[in-house]
Amino acid sequence: MSPPCVPAVLALADDALIYAQRLGEWISRAPQVEEDMALANVGLDLLGRARSLYTWLGAVDGSGRSEDDFAYWRDEREFRHVGLVERPRGDFADEMVRLLLMASLDVERYAALASTASVAGIDELAGIAGKAVTESTYHRDHARLWVLRLGDGTEESHTRMNAALERVAPYVDELFTDSWADRAAVAAGIGVLPSSLRSSVLGYVGSVLAEATLDPLPEPAWHARGGREGLHSEVCGFMLAEMQHLARSHPGATW
Amino acid sequence: MSDWPLWEVFVRAKRGLSHTHVGSLHAPDAALALHNARDLYTRRQEGVSIWVVPAAAITASSPQERDPLFEPAADKVYRHPTFYDVPEDVEYL
Repeated sequence: MSPPCVPAVLALADDALIYAQRLGEWISRAPQVEEDMALANVGLDLLGRARSLYTWLGAVDGSGRSEDDFAYWRDEREFRHVGLVERPRGDFADEMVRLLLMASLDVERYAALASTASVAGIDELAGIAGKAVTESTYHRDHARLWVLRLGDGTEESHTRMNAALERVAPYVDELFTDSWADRAAVAAGIGVLPSSLRSSVLGYVGSVLAEATLDPLPEPAWHARGGREGLHSEVCGFMLAEMQHLARSHPGATW
Repeated sequence: MSDWPLWEVFVRAKRGLSHTHVGSLHAPDAALALHNARDLYTRRQEGVSIWVVPAAAITASSPQERDPLFEPAADKVYRHPTFYDVPEDVEYL
């Protein structure tokens, strides 16, 4: 029988993979070549994390699937990522708000996963999660530095940061909404309910926004929903088509 | 972002060695220069410590001054420690 935490860990892995793909799209498109490299590095950290989690999942869920099976041979409805990570990259300001949110969340949820998995004796999962905490701490700091400079920079950058907050705000609530998978995992002693991280994560993000002289995260008119049940927006299909077409056109190819 | 200042990057490969110049980059300020240096120059575990220095703060010798600066040392071979017999069992002198 596969461990009860499997669906929740799959959601974490999908968040990492889909966000890695979006971050990779910045290469040659960032404001400076140094930032191309920085965002590619963040993306590669997330891709490595997704690969480790998929490999672990394939071994424990009884399916024997490889990391490639998870990434390339599942269809849109089988992915469990939140709406925030599949958003097209948009303005650089949007990306820095997204990175600040995702990295702040990852630091806390992977820290909880590392400690609970360690207590439960699932050492491999605890190891992957522990590495993720170190990586995401750096990602969070990178986003913080940019948000401070753009928010408290020129009139243009300040205006664009506030506009980015308006656009990203509808995707925030889903990050802290508990799914059945989260509840099953926590009932088995693994991980943490996203709702329990809301105040600390948004507290940290709010303190960065305030220091950057930006508006607080606005109350949105609508909320993104359904990512954890496999219900995604139109952009997801196009993104997966680009990500998966090579592996599907040449099954079994290696490179 | 060509109006951003240029920073020279120095990386120390491991404890005990000195920082070595590895290249330069553009960044708006020191904190982001350090982040950029980490991403550009320590991707393959090249370092345990990074310095970034504003390129404008470095005063360099000019190639035109090469002879006045360095030529006078060329004929003073007695400054090189080549006239000593090294004992056989001193391996790393």
